[in-house]
Amino acid sequence: MSSNKKYWKSVEELNGSSIVETLKQNEFAEPLPVDQFLGDKEALASSSTTRRDFLKYVGFSTAAASLAACEGPVHKAIPYVVQPEQIIPGVAEYYATTAFDGFDFANILVKTREGRPIKIENNNMPGAKFSANARVHASVLSMYDSLRLKNPKIGGKSVSWSDVDARVKMGLDDAKARGGQVVILTGTLASPSTEKLVNEFIARTPNARHVVYDAVSSSEALDAYEMAYGQRALVDYDFSKANLIVSVGADFLGDWQGGGYDSGYAKGRIPQQGKMSRHFQFEANMSLSGANADKRVPMSVADQKQALVKIYNIITGQSVGTTKIAAEDQVTKAAQQLKAAGSKGVLVCGIDDKNAQLLVLAINQALSSEAFVGAPARMVRKGSNAAVKQLIDDMKADKVHTLIMSGVNPVYTLPDASDFVVGLKKTKMSVAFSMKEDETASMTTIAAAAPHYLESWNDHMFTSGSYALTQPTIRPLFNTRQFQDALLTWTGYNGSFYDYIKANSSAYTAGSSWNQVLHDGVIATAAAGPSAGTVNAAAAASALAAAKKQGEFELVIYTKTGMGDGQQANNPWLQELPDPITRVSWDNYATVSKADAEKLGISNWVVADGGLNGGYISLTVGNATLERVPVIVQPGQAPGTIGLSLGYGRKAALKEAMQTGVNAYALYKGFNSVQPVSVKKADGTHEFACVQSQKTLMGRGDIIKETTLDVYNKENAEVWNPIPVVSLDHKETPVTKVDLWESFDRSVGHHFNLSIDLNACTGCGACVIACHAENNVPVVGKEEVRRSRDMHWLRIDRYYSSEDTFKQDVQKKEEMDGLFGEKGSLGGFGQMEEPADNPQVAFQPVMCQHCNHAPCETVCPVAATSHSRQGHNHMAYNRCVGTRYCANNCPYKVRRFNWFLYAQNDEFDFHMNDDLGRMVLNPDVNVRSRGVMEKCSFCVQLTQEVILRAKKDGRPVKKDEFYVACSAACSSGALVFGDVNAKEDEVAKLSQSDRSYHLLEHVGTKPNVFYHVKVRNV
Amino acid sequence: MRFCLNCWQKSGQNLLSIIIYNMKKMGNHISIFRISLLSFVFLFQFSLSLRAQDAAPDAAAATEAPADAGAAGGGDAAAGKALFNTHCAACHKMDAKATGPALRGVAAKYDRAWLQTWIRNSSEMVKSGDAKAVAIFKEYNGAVMTPFPQLSDKDIDDILAYTSEEKKAPAPPSNATAGPPGTQGSDSGISNNVILGALIVVMGILVVMLVMVNRVLTRVAESRGLEIPARTAGMPIWKAFAKNQFLVFVTSVFLLLAAGYFVYGYTMQVGVDQGYEPIQPIHYSHKIHAGDNEIDCKYCHSAARVSKNAGIPSLNVCMNCHKNISEVAETTATPEYSKAFYDAEIQKLYDAVGWDKNAQKYTGKTKPVKWVRIHNLPDFAYFNHAQHVTVAGLECQECHGPVEEYELMKQYSPLTMGWCIDCHRKTDVKIKDNGYYTKIHEELSKKYGVEKLTAAQMGGLECGKCHY
Repeated sequence: MSSNKKYWKSVEELNGSSIVETLKQNEFAEPLPVDQFLGDKEALASSSTTRRDFLKYVGFSTAAASLAACEGPVHKAIPYVVQPEQIIPGVAEYYATTAFDGFDFANILVKTREGRPIKIENNNMPGAKFSANARVHASVLSMYDSLRLKNPKIGGKSVSWSDVDARVKMGLDDAKARGGQVVILTGTLASPSTEKLVNEFIARTPNARHVVYDAVSSSEALDAYEMAYGQRALVDYDFSKANLIVSVGADFLGDWQGGGYDSGYAKGRIPQQGKMSRHFQFEANMSLSGANADKRVPMSVADQKQALVKIYNIITGQSVGTTKIAAEDQVTKAAQQLKAAGSKGVLVCGIDDKNAQLLVLAINQALSSEAFVGAPARMVRKGSNAAVKQLIDDMKADKVHTLIMSGVNPVYTLPDASDFVVGLKKTKMSVAFSMKEDETASMTTIAAAAPHYLESWNDHMFTSGSYALTQPTIRPLFNTRQFQDALLTWTGYNGSFYDYIKANSSAYTAGSSWNQVLHDGVIATAAAGPSAGTVNAAAAASALAAAKKQGEFELVIYTKTGMGDGQQANNPWLQELPDPITRVSWDNYATVSKADAEKLGISNWVVADGGLNGGYISLTVGNATLERVPVIVQPGQAPGTIGLSLGYGRKAALKEAMQTGVNAYALYKGFNSVQPVSVKKADGTHEFACVQSQKTLMGRGDIIKETTLDVYNKENAEVWNPIPVVSLDHKETPVTKVDLWESFDRSVGHHFNLSIDLNACTGCGACVIACHAENNVPVVGKEEVRRSRDMHWLRIDRYYSSEDTFKQDVQKKEEMDGLFGEKGSLGGFGQMEEPADNPQVAFQPVMCQHCNHAPCETVCPVAATSHSRQGHNHMAYNRCVGTRYCANNCPYKVRRFNWFLYAQNDEFDFHMNDDLGRMVLNPDVNVRSRGVMEKCSFCVQLTQEVILRAKKDGRPVKKDEFYVACSAACSSGALVFGDVNAKEDEVAKLSQSDRSYHLLEHVGTKPNVFYHVKVRNV
Repeated sequence: MRFCLNCWQKSGQNLLSIIIYNMKKMGNHISIFRISLLSFVFLFQFSLSLRAQDAAPDAAAATEAPADAGAAGGGDAAAGKALFNTHCAACHKMDAKATGPALRGVAAKYDRAWLQTWIRNSSEMVKSGDAKAVAIFKEYNGAVMTPFPQLSDKDIDDILAYTSEEKKAPAPPSNATAGPPGTQGSDSGISNNVILGALIVVMGILVVMLVMVNRVLTRVAESRGLEIPARTAGMPIWKAFAKNQFLVFVTSVFLLLAAGYFVYGYTMQVGVDQGYEPIQPIHYSHKIHAGDNEIDCKYCHSAARVSKNAGIPSLNVCMNCHKNISEVAETTATPEYSKAFYDAEIQKLYDAVGWDKNAQKYTGKTKPVKWVRIHNLPDFAYFNHAQHVTVAGLECQECHGPVEEYELMKQYSPLTMGWCIDCHRKTDVKIKDNGYYTKIHEELSKKYGVEKLTAAQMGGLECGKCHY
């Protein structure tokens, strides 16, 4: 029976439009320009080149080209004319220094090769408290940024520094004559010498003042501390001393109050003698701290304020009236436990409200918390919201004659940047010391080229009782001058800032010498902190309790692990670093809870090429609107709140590929991280570059093994860390006893192992960037990441539970039965792909597991990957022909294929495509070419180096001397590398721990990386 | 091939030099053609070296002649020369300013007694206010001359006799005067031509003689009435060969195998630059430095002890010695490279490092030397000098060849992976007095049941030890 159906391709066709008919007749919509490429017959015939001749030419040129290719290229070797004494080509030098850019700070060692810094390492001297986070690790690449400001400029034209001096002198004289204000606007300096210098400058200049402006403000907390203790500082909490941590909206593992708390926190998280700290987190966005908490409660900021007062009531016995909130009982439970913990408890809070911060001080005082009492004062944030507001008002009122800025970019970071721009235009002279011709520097009279911290001298005091020096590790790459040196010139001081610091340092280097402190990078002296007094916060509590929720949604503004405040937006490493929570790179986005997303009609979906897509919303706060903000549906996001990160949406002095995301500073009104916002769905689809589309563990308890502290303490290891069994001769046999292969004897010589403690890993990402820097891992760009072609040798997988806990997931999976229905593999099983509304979160760093029985090695047709006696799974790039069999056979999916040539290729215009950016490459590791496989090498160049060092000295390798890039970067002690055959190495002890297990142990690959069961203290 | 066309157009002597020059420039690729050229050159070399040896005694004679003339001045110039070299040469030169003034003819300028006092203790004289002494002291920026109280009057006379010698006439231009490499050997080329011409004449005579003999014999045969049997036209040999299928088969198999052998051989040498001997911006002779003067390799290549790179010495290392050595000794000159040539090369160093040898100070204008890298290990192979030099205690020569005999540095070893592996298989690890090896050696030798372990047994063949 024939069908009468009419098939049609478009409505026009169905309606019989004439255009469609015409088009149907012609195969091509437009006539092809055949004549153009073939020409007419006559022209062809009259051509003197016959077909045969043409072929001859082709043949000849091919032959000539291949002959010419036989000639080897001539390489030049150019030695120094006068070799600096300490530089030996081929040997790395380390310099202790201090990183501070107004946002991030760390005590670091800088590895230099042939006089160029190539990597940041942690300084492990006593007193060096602050280890490098991902951004500090990546900062070495920011120095080699080809878009840096290379010369001072006046009115957009390059000038000499003497021109700048003359112009500034003229301006300052003019200001003096007219009686106009001279304002120095800087970020937090945290530098005793710079502060002294600024004060001297102010003393000599009439009508001058210094305004401190932090792009991401901690002003309210500073105000509270100042009110209580008379000093503008923050508390440098020591979380290792706390058994119970309650955080109300404070992402202290992220950038809260400067960050850098993770190493102390991680110390208390490793169960020792059956004890570990317990951590409650009440927060709106899913943060790193929330992901690591034992109990996380999603809560809007309005509710957090109530919760804080409730906790205050319970701890201090006050009875300030509060409104009821949904998670009442959980708050009460946390508060009671906190009270019971007494001095072993600590409470922190991230609400930008002076009253809330006063309550925090009061609660910790009442607890006489050990983490708080006596904790040194933190000086890394000093900014004052009021002073900045005053400055903008003065500028608009034409009161400011001269504005000198250093380390700030207010045109980008101010919420009301347009007001600032209006004011800036009214100033008679403006100077911006900046590494880039950024939004601000391109609008000022003088754009003063500033050096990177690796090219500068400075001193720092991050916390009371610590003094750290910053020394240059390379000669300035460009014609730059430090802000401090300029101030010295303008005040008429004879000498450099180096002399100035040195002259100033004696007060801090007592008991040591300048050279010693410079060598160590830091000196620690006794620190004073808040004493165990009381803070009266009753009034603050009532004021806080009276706060009401505003608007339909709360916008909770945060900073991302990768981008921070956005200073390093042109750093491809950071752009490509996946966010630890969402696993999205190259973007910022609004995080929305599932319930709200459904209400708004927004979702995320994965398309055929594996890429993640999502919808857009527009966000309006007051008079500011951000259009087309992409949305990520975030499990754990408190309903009624929307998260948005700062640091994106920059345009000035950025390569095109780095101009990603939207600028959330526009909504950061009044420097408050919480804003009432109205949300509207917008049209369009956003393409994310997300490296992990699988969100849950699907009940695979063998991938991340976890247990509770209770079970861990009471039961044997077989219960909470069972070894998988297989059937051998119809008997259940532990998989470790079954082997297809003959095993090698690995008891002789070194045998490297890497231990990863899932309890200590906070997911901070420092190891990922350290791995990039050490191993010349290429950046591939957003499009390629989206195609799952990211090259990260080390990834930190993030898993959500599908039920409320992972344990329930396992249970649900175990109970699966049949095909259909709630428990069927085609029915309820699919639901396990969906994370819970408030899931448990686990992080798992995964790199090549260096299997002793490696599946990749057996399938390589050319034996490009092979095993070493020392436990490395070697990868010989020059032997690889790119079949990718190994990657397919790897159960851990850690092998990365070079789909393209990523170095010196204009298609991948990142640091490896410019001469300056390539200076960061590690000369000991080869830059891989197109078509070869690569993967984590266990930093074989570093283990080889340690061995060679021992051989040269004629001694055995010292205890714990071996290290790899990730283990050295890990400040929380989650990654420990070493030789398991050296019985005194820490890793040898860790390998014997009853918490240790191998990833996918049942596969029988016998990896040389082992994990430790995650223990939750619930 | 570019140079063959050129070569034949030129006369014989230039042919040789052009070939040598091109060999050096091309340097790195062996081909069959090149091998044949080499043998060609080899033939010519005989005549060249013969002439060179002839020239050597002339030069020696030239150096001796003026020495006799100088002896007339009171002291013994020969003894004076030895003393001069021991005591004075560090700061003084005969004909050029160094740390101190040039000394030739110094005896004529100053009173002999004054000179004796000055040499024994000059600073005393300066202190006492002697006008001449103060003048010299000031001229040389207050540099104090080392006092030599141990020198006797006789010694000083000897030295002064030596300094009073007439400056030698420059070496006869016939044997190797200045000029870029490639123009030397013009004189020896003449003899080549003569020999060639003679050979050709002899050959011509021979041919003519043979033709004549043949003609005579034919005439004799005719006159005797002997009939020369005409050759019967049998089957030509190539046809017979083509008919024999077995022979054809064997031959083609042989030809194929031979072709395969050569093609394989050709492909295996692609990228192997053994013998690569590029022309360097400064003609640096390892023979003079490491050979004649026995300077330790690691004096200049000091990084080899501690680093993966042996390091090309920075120019300040050169200047440690060359601050005082601005010219080579007459005896250093060879027929191929004259003294003037070497001195010009030292001047290149001065230009590069910015040293004004007349003013004896640095000008600050430097011009780094762009050496042509000889040993080019590919990026994917990691090699560490310290491991081999310090730990294994290898002599540099084991890989770099008899460098102390090289006038120009070249790549001695093939630097192929096979070559590395071979050595790792054969070489025992040097465990003596190295605490690192104590434990591992004990365990491994028990495991393998051997006394000594090779680098291979120690894991020196694993891919990832060199490729990362």
